[in-house]
Amino acid sequence: MTKIDYEKVGLLVGLEIHQQLDTKSKLFCNCPTLTREDDPHFVFLRQLRPTQSELGEIDPAALFEFQKGRVHIYETYDDTICLVEQDEEPPHPLDSEAVDIALELALLLGSQPVDEIQVMRKLVIDGSNTTGFQRTLVIAFGGTLEVEGKTIPIQTICLEEDAARKIGEENNQIRWRLDRLGIPLIEIATGPAMKNPEEVETVALRLGQILRVTGKVKRGLGTIRQDVNVSIRGGAIIEIKGVQKLNLISNVVEYEVQRQLTLLAIRDELRQRGIKTSKIKSKSHNVTALFKGCKSKVIKGALKRKEGIFALVLPGFANLVGRELQPGRRLGTEFADYARFWGDVKGLFHTDELPKYGITAEEVEKLRTRLKVSQEDAVILVAAKEEQAKEALKAVANRAKEALKGVPVETRGPLQDGTTKFARPRPGAARMYPETDVAPVTITEKRLKAIRKRLPELPEQKLQKFREVFGLSDELAHVMIRSLRIDLFEEIAIKHTEVAVTAAATLESTWRSLDRDGVEVEKIPEEQILRLFDRLAEGKFAKEAIPDIITWLARNSTKTIDDAIQALNLGGITREQLVEIVEKIVKENQGLITERRERALGPLMGLVMKQVRGRVDGKLVSELLNASIRRYITQDS
Amino acid sequence: MSDHDSEGYLGVARKSMEKAGVKVGDRVRIETSQSTFEGIIIPRAEIGSDDQHLVVKLDNGYNLGIRVSHIKRLERIAEGAPVKPELPTTSLKTKSGLPWVSILSTGGTIASRVDYHTGAVNPALSAKDLYTVVPELGDLVNIRAEVLFSLLSEDIQPSHWSELAKRVAKHLSESEGVVIAHGTDTLGYTSAALSFALQDLPRPVVLTGAQRSSDRPSSDAALNLTAAVTAASRGPFAEVVVAMHRTPDDTSIALHKGTKVRKCHTSRRDAFQTVNADLLGEVKNGQVHMLAEPSSYHSRDSKRELRLQPKFDPKVALLKSTPGIIGDLLDSLIDRSYHGIVIEGTGLGHAPQSLLPSVERAQEEDIPIVMTSQCIWGRVQMRVYRTGVELVQRGVIPAEDMLSETAFVKLMWVLGQTRNSDDIRSYMLKNIAGEITDSTRRSQFQEKVSE
Repeated sequence: MTKIDYEKVGLLVGLEIHQQLDTKSKLFCNCPTLTREDDPHFVFLRQLRPTQSELGEIDPAALFEFQKGRVHIYETYDDTICLVEQDEEPPHPLDSEAVDIALELALLLGSQPVDEIQVMRKLVIDGSNTTGFQRTLVIAFGGTLEVEGKTIPIQTICLEEDAARKIGEENNQIRWRLDRLGIPLIEIATGPAMKNPEEVETVALRLGQILRVTGKVKRGLGTIRQDVNVSIRGGAIIEIKGVQKLNLISNVVEYEVQRQLTLLAIRDELRQRGIKTSKIKSKSHNVTALFKGCKSKVIKGALKRKEGIFALVLPGFANLVGRELQPGRRLGTEFADYARFWGDVKGLFHTDELPKYGITAEEVEKLRTRLKVSQEDAVILVAAKEEQAKEALKAVANRAKEALKGVPVETRGPLQDGTTKFARPRPGAARMYPETDVAPVTITEKRLKAIRKRLPELPEQKLQKFREVFGLSDELAHVMIRSLRIDLFEEIAIKHTEVAVTAAATLESTWRSLDRDGVEVEKIPEEQILRLFDRLAEGKFAKEAIPDIITWLARNSTKTIDDAIQALNLGGITREQLVEIVEKIVKENQGLITERRERALGPLMGLVMKQVRGRVDGKLVSELLNASIRRYITQDS
Repeated sequence: MSDHDSEGYLGVARKSMEKAGVKVGDRVRIETSQSTFEGIIIPRAEIGSDDQHLVVKLDNGYNLGIRVSHIKRLERIAEGAPVKPELPTTSLKTKSGLPWVSILSTGGTIASRVDYHTGAVNPALSAKDLYTVVPELGDLVNIRAEVLFSLLSEDIQPSHWSELAKRVAKHLSESEGVVIAHGTDTLGYTSAALSFALQDLPRPVVLTGAQRSSDRPSSDAALNLTAAVTAASRGPFAEVVVAMHRTPDDTSIALHKGTKVRKCHTSRRDAFQTVNADLLGEVKNGQVHMLAEPSSYHSRDSKRELRLQPKFDPKVALLKSTPGIIGDLLDSLIDRSYHGIVIEGTGLGHAPQSLLPSVERAQEEDIPIVMTSQCIWGRVQMRVYRTGVELVQRGVIPAEDMLSETAFVKLMWVLGQTRNSDDIRSYMLKNIAGEITDSTRRSQFQEKVSE
């Protein structure tokens, strides 16, 4: 695909950043904000019923899930989870520490705190909340973020409870763990002000930095999640929920634009072909008989299970179902998403991709003849139980009708590579109602004053400190300020200012080059990185050894830095021992020195380093060696 | 401005609304020194809110409290249309072949719905609405619905029991069973009252409630109600029972005997426990399973003639014996000519020496005193220690293994039938509706309090 001119397509992107707070208690109970990997102590089983919204409507997706008899299994721990998470006790008052952190952030971003916080319930009945709703509250409105000379408007700052963790899903049961449910999440929503993918990533990064300056946010994968709202002119506002990796955001945006552009092109083509919504019938045809003896594994399997093969005709859709919307994802893939969601089938075939997968050209021809369709039409095939297949094909027909309108409004979820898949229909706007079990909280001027007094430094102030106090170069300071490991760096730099520059270089360039080489640096516990710089400051090893140490620690993530020093044989060279080695080398290479004089330093340095690499600072070696050579030259002359 | 127009707003907030001519439900624009907001004025919770804030629902769904002193300008953009969500009405078509069940509604959480406009939870849902909200009931039974009261259960009084009993009797003659939707707080009292008022039942009477309001997706209301309807229409028993969650899971609904059931937890779904008896049965996967000995309950028999004895004497008090309690408390009940008193004693059925003179006085004035235990589980035994003996000597009636609440209701009922001291005593000591059992079983304790 040619490079997209984002300005021309009218790209507008808004971000919603969700960050877990590192508070002592959860948002509505006194349980710790702790996720666990040990076996849960017990489980219980619930069903969630769709309730009517305030307009008397039942969310169709919700009703559908319920009718499917979906059951939720909740895993819990007796000692860290109470009845509140289990929806067996009303919520406790709003956690004030979380409110304080959110207010701090509001003040940092110049947002206007509300006078009185009103807690709301947002209906979410996928099971991720035991109550069937998520408690959420607005803390502040407005504010701005300056990013590279551009002002990004902040819309709202909210607090909400994090959802339960999905552990698994089989048949009609979803397993959730309640440890995460109720951890305070701060949500910052920007206006749709970003106009190209790189800008979105920069803003996300910047928001992440500001969140981290409060020092009260959780770190690690899954503790920060971004929702990205993408729209282009003529397209739709598509919400992509839960992007966990920052460097995926620009891909997500780019692919979404590509998807919307292609969908619009498909729409235009369909219109040109004269296809109307009324031509698309959701009637499915039983074509099982045509596929007796078919070589396709999927079809053979289905027939063996006494299921059927069902077909849907999409008039005029030939060569469009197979059109790629995003790398590896076609219009047919979107059809399959719908078929899976609404019909609970495994997947589908479409004629644009056939003959393939064991289905022969002859079988496709027979299919076309039997359905009396031409080469301009597409046929969708589903192998499943009749009821499921019918639901699936009905959903495909509905999605195909949407293709005539352009981009359907829906919520999508990110895949590994930044492409996205259908997650669920966009929930209605009217799904919020007051949480009457929690009293409103007045935000007093006194409280704001106290928070204003202890506001942390902003990134600009930090930059200055990095340069002037920690001695980082301008370039390194800028790199560090954008780093995900900025907190770690500051902790080290404050403790050992003398190794601050090394720490910055390690946490950025060394880190990245090792990561590129396939060293799983993320596996090393932060604690060990902190200890590493303690030992460096103590002179236990030389900074040249750092890459080896980190590599070793990544491979032995349960071991400590001291284990690493020992295993790599780095410990124990004293200055005296070094002097001895240097003197010995100088003595053994007198001829070379006589010949090359000061220029002998280079080759001799190599010889000494061969013996002491990583155990002592190269600068010291060079100093001692240089002095020794000079002494010899003076003696010699 | 009427109270309706200013729902919940008082003082400063109400004044500011009056000045601007703004009512609850109106769409307004509010300018503060910092920002401008547009939204709908929504009612203020009446309890526990101050008079310093206006609450506005913004277009994004969030509510926002704005301090009156921060408001520079308040103006109405549009007059509010009262948002009264109309439930889609389900036609109550009779399905032949399905049994008839009556659903009587008294109020409480099971019959409450959130008013999305105000956020208030209103105990006003009719039984018919319940049927609309739980459509699968239509596959089980034909429903005869009646709204009797819209009361939170703490407001239900003995006179309501009488009325309820009469209505149940009426419905029992034409339905396979009766379901009563009731608030959970005093559900146990009402179930005991009906157990005494409805003698020789031909069919089941099933009370049910909800620990989570029915407006939330996680509500236990629908499952409890469905199970209650299943038990009423298909249960092989003819007893007054309480149908509520058996565990925290949405799998099994316990059927508790009406005189032996108590709310033992403030908030859990399985708050109701059978005390000093075996669980009567459960409803699981749409089937009624009886768990108690067949001899401990009456079987369904539509030919059995119901005896309605709906009279209750409300002048009965339940007094808890506590360390340091003095005779005055008991004396004041005697002074106010209470007709009967239940003392919830300590341990095996004890009260301090300090109460003895007042107990004596009650005996002289022919006021029956019944002794239960605050231990909840176990049987009163007043011959073991001296205090017990002294109380019995002064006419105190030991209530065996009766729950305090059941003994209290029973005394009201007995006093409704007779004021003769000897009759009262013999009625109180006799098992009438399963409230007294002959033996206390090991399994009836631990098994019930733990899961």
